[in-house]
Amino acid sequence: MDNNKFMRSVRLKESACQGCINCIKHCPTQAIRVHNGKAHIIDKFCIDCGRCIRYCPHHAKIAVYDPLSVINNFKYTVALPAPSLYAQYNNLFNVDIVLNALLKLGFDDVYEVSAAAELVSEASREYIKEHIEEAPFISSACPSVIRLIRVKFPSLISRLLPIKAPVEVAAEIARARAMRKTGLKSEEIGIIFISPCPSKVSYAKSPLGIEKSNIDNVVAIKDVYPLLLPHMRHDESQLIPLSRSGRIGIGWSNAGGEVAGLLADNYLAADGIVNILRVLEELEDEKLHGLTFVELSACSGGCVGGTLTVENAYIAATKTKRLVKYQPVSKNHLADNPEVTDLHWADNVEYEPVFRLGNTFKESLKMMSDVEDLTARFPGLDCGSCGAPTCQTLAEDIVRGDATPNDCIYVFRANIADLSRKIEDLTVNRKNDQIFSAGDSELLGSYIRTLTAELASFGVPAHARKEVSDKDET
Amino acid sequence: MSEQLTFTYSIDGDDFTRAGEASSSVKNKLKMLGVSSEAIRKVAIAMYEGEINMVIHADGGTIDVSVSDDDITMVLADKGPGIPDIDKAMQEGYSTAREEVRSLGFGAGMGLPNMKRFTDEMQIDTVLGEGTTITMKVHL
Repeated sequence: MDNNKFMRSVRLKESACQGCINCIKHCPTQAIRVHNGKAHIIDKFCIDCGRCIRYCPHHAKIAVYDPLSVINNFKYTVALPAPSLYAQYNNLFNVDIVLNALLKLGFDDVYEVSAAAELVSEASREYIKEHIEEAPFISSACPSVIRLIRVKFPSLISRLLPIKAPVEVAAEIARARAMRKTGLKSEEIGIIFISPCPSKVSYAKSPLGIEKSNIDNVVAIKDVYPLLLPHMRHDESQLIPLSRSGRIGIGWSNAGGEVAGLLADNYLAADGIVNILRVLEELEDEKLHGLTFVELSACSGGCVGGTLTVENAYIAATKTKRLVKYQPVSKNHLADNPEVTDLHWADNVEYEPVFRLGNTFKESLKMMSDVEDLTARFPGLDCGSCGAPTCQTLAEDIVRGDATPNDCIYVFRANIADLSRKIEDLTVNRKNDQIFSAGDSELLGSYIRTLTAELASFGVPAHARKEVSDKDET
Repeated sequence: MSEQLTFTYSIDGDDFTRAGEASSSVKNKLKMLGVSSEAIRKVAIAMYEGEINMVIHADGGTIDVSVSDDDITMVLADKGPGIPDIDKAMQEGYSTAREEVRSLGFGAGMGLPNMKRFTDEMQIDTVLGEGTTITMKVHL
């Protein structure tokens, strides 16, 4: 669906927004503008990476996700805990403690995403082996990475590993097992992912690579984390054995975890949106040689660094390593999972040229020429006062019709100074008793009216004056 | 009359870490124009190789990139030592790069051959002791 294509889960809480420029400066896809003293996220540019959530000093960027009460909407629910959930807890050496607590919290069953991750690792190994001549492949587990490539790196789309993300495979298996076990209909069963990031929230509603996700709802690790604590203080001998993942599966929560599961040597694993942008640029320019696989996570530290987690990403990463230290390498194999019919993507990811200036090449060329001319008029300070992250982006916004040159405080000041000088010229060399001629008087009036109008419209682009501003999207 | 747009870049000599900035900037502009990824790829690779060459051999120079309806033209002009034997320079694996440059992974002798391979037209004008101008075209 077209209007769903750019669905995002990072939103603005307008009441908290102070109109500062911190978010526009940190957004890796330049998807945010500040107009009328409030930030606006441009849907088609946003890749849901959550970087603005981290950088907003006023907590005006928020992630939307489902409340835990969604478990009441179904007859039977299965929790899909992300492996990063385990890394939130101190001194956890037995995953069953967390999984049993999820049952006590109200879920009917659990299926670990890390178990499915081991199947994805196996399928990835096979796929890469069979298609080695097309390497390097880029991991497709992080939805923000796919969305970034989809809008900015068209030539790398074909390098995306066309295999479903672990959470999707987990959802598929969990649904099939729940239906078989309970005899309930698919819609009576709730498959609920406990997620480290908002990017997966958007994924569940508007997936890439497949038509419809098997995930019904996505709740936040930070919501579930404290609720599990009271259910975790029990005699370990009473625990139901539920855990079924090994070192590879749980390790997926950390940066470098996915490549570890590939058992390959020629790989690159980068984390953090700024770092992955650099890697993608270099991949696009074919500056990186000899690679089989490129793992990219939008969050620093990997999924443990997601904005819906509680623990410091690097401490969480260490905890994951400690947790899996004595685990077998892998406990899940495709041959033992008949529920999984196909792990491969059904749909192709299509390039979305959202940054293209015009509709045709000719139009774009003309617009780009205007962008160059405008950019040359601006001071090049990239101060952000206009509400766009750089002088160049302001020029692009103007050419697209979303801003005016007067939004630049320097252009504006020059215009005001010019008007002021004209007024001065009219009035200064005049004797006190001399009255204005009708023409001069009209000219003076027009200068002052322009001055007033320019001052009044400063910072308010024409379209924004008419447009109803974003309400709190919560 | 077809519309034409030119971007000019000045390339610093002896700064490998910054080589690639110009090609990266051009790449982003071409994406905004809606140029096909295949053409962008050719331009980016050819231009990057040219940039590196200018840094290694000529202490920098300037690159003009012109975009028109029909093609993208890159003119790389430097005031370097010039190329004594173009045929030799065009051979894969032939390089006159200094040892310290090679130790950085450059100077594999693939620069000019790659520039030729990734463009549809290429012309080298060189005068010993005065400099080299390379004109490359990628058809759209």
